[in-house]
Amino acid sequence: MATGYAPSSMYRSREGMGIWEHKGKVAAVGVGHSPTERRWDERPETSVGAWSIMALRNAIADAGVEPDHIDGIVIVPETTTGAFWPDDKPLPQDVINAFVQTDDPLDGVAKLSVEWLLKNMPELTNINYSVYAPVCMSNALNVAAQAVGDGLAHTVLVLKAWHNLEGRYYQGGQNAQDAIGGTSAIRSLWGAPACYGTALQFAEYCRKYGKDHDMMTPFIINSRRNGLMFPEGYWAQHRPEELTPEDYQLARWIAKPANLFDNDIPIMCAASYLFTTAERAKDMKQKPVYVLNHVDSDAVPRGLTPTLDEVEAECALTGRKIYEGAGITAADLSFENMYDGFTQFHQFHLEGLGYRGIGFGDALDFYQTDISIEGPNPVSPSGGNIGSGRSRFWMHTDSIQQLQGRAGGRQITGVNAEIGVSGGPMPLGGNYTVWSATPD
Amino acid sequence: MKQGVIPDELTAPFWSAANESKLVIQNCSRCDRLQHPPAQDCGQCKSGENLEWKEMNGTGHIYNYGVVHDCPIRLLQDDQPFNVAVIMLDDDPGIQMYSHLPGTPVDDVPVGAAVEVVFEKSANGQKIPEWKVVN
Ligand SMILES: [Zn+2]
Repeated sequence: MATGYAPSSMYRSREGMGIWEHKGKVAAVGVGHSPTERRWDERPETSVGAWSIMALRNAIADAGVEPDHIDGIVIVPETTTGAFWPDDKPLPQDVINAFVQTDDPLDGVAKLSVEWLLKNMPELTNINYSVYAPVCMSNALNVAAQAVGDGLAHTVLVLKAWHNLEGRYYQGGQNAQDAIGGTSAIRSLWGAPACYGTALQFAEYCRKYGKDHDMMTPFIINSRRNGLMFPEGYWAQHRPEELTPEDYQLARWIAKPANLFDNDIPIMCAASYLFTTAERAKDMKQKPVYVLNHVDSDAVPRGLTPTLDEVEAECALTGRKIYEGAGITAADLSFENMYDGFTQFHQFHLEGLGYRGIGFGDALDFYQTDISIEGPNPVSPSGGNIGSGRSRFWMHTDSIQQLQGRAGGRQITGVNAEIGVSGGPMPLGGNYTVWSATPD
Repeated sequence: MKQGVIPDELTAPFWSAANESKLVIQNCSRCDRLQHPPAQDCGQCKSGENLEWKEMNGTGHIYNYGVVHDCPIRLLQDDQPFNVAVIMLDDDPGIQMYSHLPGTPVDDVPVGAAVEVVFEKSANGQKIPEWKVVN
């Protein structure tokens, strides 16, 4: 079974498509996670492949299905956080010995194929549909929802895993060279780090609306607080430290106006969800969480970096597509779990959604009100990447768990968890899922 | 010091013009539309048939900026912190270029100010378009 990338026809990219044809007919049931770690220690049992298997098996057990009932799998084959296994470094022999190998020695170490997973998970005997989604869990969720809705498979595992290796983030490769190729030079000669583009948008936002960096503080504190109540997350597992306003406001700049805590921390981790039809979900172990819609944003900026105007226009469009396909309005959202890694675009997502009636320029004032899980306007109850490290999937796990009533310490209490939205990453270029406790 | 540049097929005209202190930008003559970074095809009509290089007048305005304190590029780390501004060309404000704004103090950047192109040598001698505030 050769596995390829999902065709663009599986994504809902346009406005005017109407209510999603499979609204309420697809459900997430099981959730499975691996542990987290800052970097790989090069042991077989902590490799990205081993943790992927663990996350998948945890999702299967959580849903309470027999592995041979699963007929589909959607994974993201890229696993890098920005770290690459050096060409001249041999793989540890015990890692090679521990798994059934594919033709690619880095499979299961610094990338992941369906072939590798199936070779190492012999209990998955009935997979007849497999497909790749690029980069993010958010993307894979859209594909899985559409695949189940279209009847391409009835019980589907979705997986995203991340590897992180020794060495400082993005300091190797091209960045360490004395000369680089002409095409990449046009963007990269000036040395802007990853958060720079978002920092620029935030700088323009502050000038336009009269806001400042310190106004982000309540959002950061709230995110870390929620993250420390996420037992699957990095900060909860390894560094259970509350953040103070001073910690945030005095942190060193990376690309001003983005500082250290406006960035997420790259980690190793894996997560999996089990998707199935609403009909089959009734017989599974956990309460089904129904998918009301999925949305793709495929906008491309005209220039080197998106302008604030482009960002605001695309977030507004994404918001309209989210509501249109789900047949809901902003007033129906119990909570939002839009992406936050970098912190400084979360407000664009919120404003595009019109969450709790806010418009462009309002979000930083909104952050000064009660945005906690106990209040009427929960913001990022997952705590996101800021609260639990870079996975780009905490927001999905949290949305499912909130609507199942098993988010533990993070369970929102100021409103009933009925409908939520999660997704990302970037304002221009992301995938979003609308989740509901009921199918309609 | 900026990294050197090894021109490739797509970008060679841009870099050789820079070595002659000229700023050229890719243009689709069918759409009458500039684009940067250059690409194999026009971003609008999706055809590569009508792409050409057009000389710019070399003036622009500072659209936005950030200050880089933690740069991933080894050759630039000695210069931290430094400005990285986005310039919008007067020929077409949709065309953006990055700049270290030589001569402008760190984090004291006049957003909206007029700038003009200058050419600066990189580590391997390739000239790079840079931008200076016009007084
Ligand atoms: Zn054209």
